[in-house]
Amino acid sequence: MLKRVSRIVFLIVLMPLSARAELSIEITSGVDNPTSIAISPIMMKGAPLAEDISAIVGADLDRSGLFSAMPRANMLSNPRTLSEVYYRDWRIVGMQYLVVGSVIRQSDGQLSATFSLVEVAGERVLFTHVAKGRDSQLRDIAHYISDKVFYTITGIKGAFSTRLAYVTAINEGGRQVFRLMVSDADGARERLMLKSKEPIMSPAWSPDAKELAYVSFETGRPAIFRQRLDNAKREQLTNFKGLNGAPAWSPDGKSMALVLSKDGNPEIYLYRFATKTFTRLTRHFSIDTEPNWMSDGKSLIFTSDRGGSPQIYKLNIISRKIERLTFNGSYNARPRLAADDRTLVMVHRSQGIFHIASQDLVTGDLRVLTQTRLDESPTVAPNGAMLMYATKRGNKGVLAAVSIDAGSRFLLPSRRGDVREPAWSPF
Amino acid sequence: MKFETLKPILACAILSSFLVGCSSAPSSSSNGTDGGSSTMSSDGGVSTGSVDGGGISGSDIDVDGGIETVFYFDFDKSTLKPESLAALRIHAQRLIANPASVRLEGHADERGTREYNMALGERRGSAVQEFLVLQGVDASLLEVISYGEERPASLDSTDSSWSLNRRVEIK
Repeated sequence: MLKRVSRIVFLIVLMPLSARAELSIEITSGVDNPTSIAISPIMMKGAPLAEDISAIVGADLDRSGLFSAMPRANMLSNPRTLSEVYYRDWRIVGMQYLVVGSVIRQSDGQLSATFSLVEVAGERVLFTHVAKGRDSQLRDIAHYISDKVFYTITGIKGAFSTRLAYVTAINEGGRQVFRLMVSDADGARERLMLKSKEPIMSPAWSPDAKELAYVSFETGRPAIFRQRLDNAKREQLTNFKGLNGAPAWSPDGKSMALVLSKDGNPEIYLYRFATKTFTRLTRHFSIDTEPNWMSDGKSLIFTSDRGGSPQIYKLNIISRKIERLTFNGSYNARPRLAADDRTLVMVHRSQGIFHIASQDLVTGDLRVLTQTRLDESPTVAPNGAMLMYATKRGNKGVLAAVSIDAGSRFLLPSRRGDVREPAWSPF
Repeated sequence: MKFETLKPILACAILSSFLVGCSSAPSSSSNGTDGGSSTMSSDGGVSTGSVDGGGISGSDIDVDGGIETVFYFDFDKSTLKPESLAALRIHAQRLIANPASVRLEGHADERGTREYNMALGERRGSAVQEFLVLQGVDASLLEVISYGEERPASLDSTDSSWSLNRRVEIK
């Protein structure tokens, strides 16, 4: 069954597409009283770097909705070290926090960024830290700084260094061309993973964030593949008649939940990489699909219409006990869980309109998080602070994000074509 | 500022370009002739064409070339519409007379989740398959392949587009 794909049929390269980045960020709303922060320009010996680290950090923090980064033009001074900080310059413009830093080149050729976070009112230095990397890693250094600042101020682990996978569909010469892409969490540094004239669906990250699983129709029918990010090496995992879909890597990375209809109708199976065996987990004449793991690796949540309409169920893999989780509304599907296993997000239909909703699995409270139409494919950031989803803007598929408390939002509009099925990487 | 106030009306104006039935999978019943016989004509997003258009099987069925190959479904339903049955019976008779492998490609409209729609597309394909088998077609000739919402016949987000996209195509 396991068919190794040695021949590279399609263009699969980890090729940066910086010249034609498809995604940009558009913040649509933030919290009412965002924390004010200034990121003084971070340079090397007073000269600009190939990437504007301070601007990237400011944009990261802005995007969270919890911060408002000061425009550089409004700064009264541009300190590069703590000794150059005049607190008065920041107090009179109402800044709560200030980041200062600079980059030097070490004797081994690596870049070293020293940065400090300062609380303006108390004139306190909260930390001074050093981050090192190669010239090609300036954006990584910037996101590292954002993570450190975000965590220090909010107590929430930053997810700015994570990545997104998504699928694009672009009309080229009268037919759709599908691409599986990976970018930084801010949409920058897009990389092409797979290009095909046949549909690509359902990207899913491995728990170590080094691989993606996805569904590709390149063989003429849907099949599940796994592919490494670093060398594009890939393997076809399934080739059954009927559905081969909805791959979901187990938290320990040793197995994958997926959907096959080889036995007559869609059922959830467990595929073990070591033994290359498939174990059937559900047994029902209804549709069972879209499995997603609880973090302990012992239970799955999934969509089933066994009750007459699509709803979310929980399946204990050991006992095979099944429990219904959603009761509000006639369409709840494609569940994803925040890392705390408590906040369930899903596609929820309300008055004929498809929104993203969250449900607290302890209290049962349901909350609709989006107001657009045709919202789908929610994916939660690994820190649980935001979720991304696909929606429509005009007739175009775009990615959008909303904080889990629905307070802040941003869009990642694409320059061309449809963007869909975002999958937020683990840390 | 607020993108939530998206105007759906705008959506309608933008494009009316349709994806012609161009699914890559070559027609398995083609006789290998280029261009001529296995035509796919496109009219308002409805793709029609002959399943077995080589022109050599024209016996007692006089609908050669004109038989419907796309069958539509109601929202969230996978039951065959009464108006589909006559054409499906003709397909069945042809397949009994001239057995050939056929793909039954099931599709859904864009509403709802993608993997659930894959299952819905398969249910629709299976409904056509079951009907053909009941008419006496060898089940091993029929393969159901669902494309879910991934290959819409019409790209607009309107009721009329959606009704064109909930379909099974015989290929």
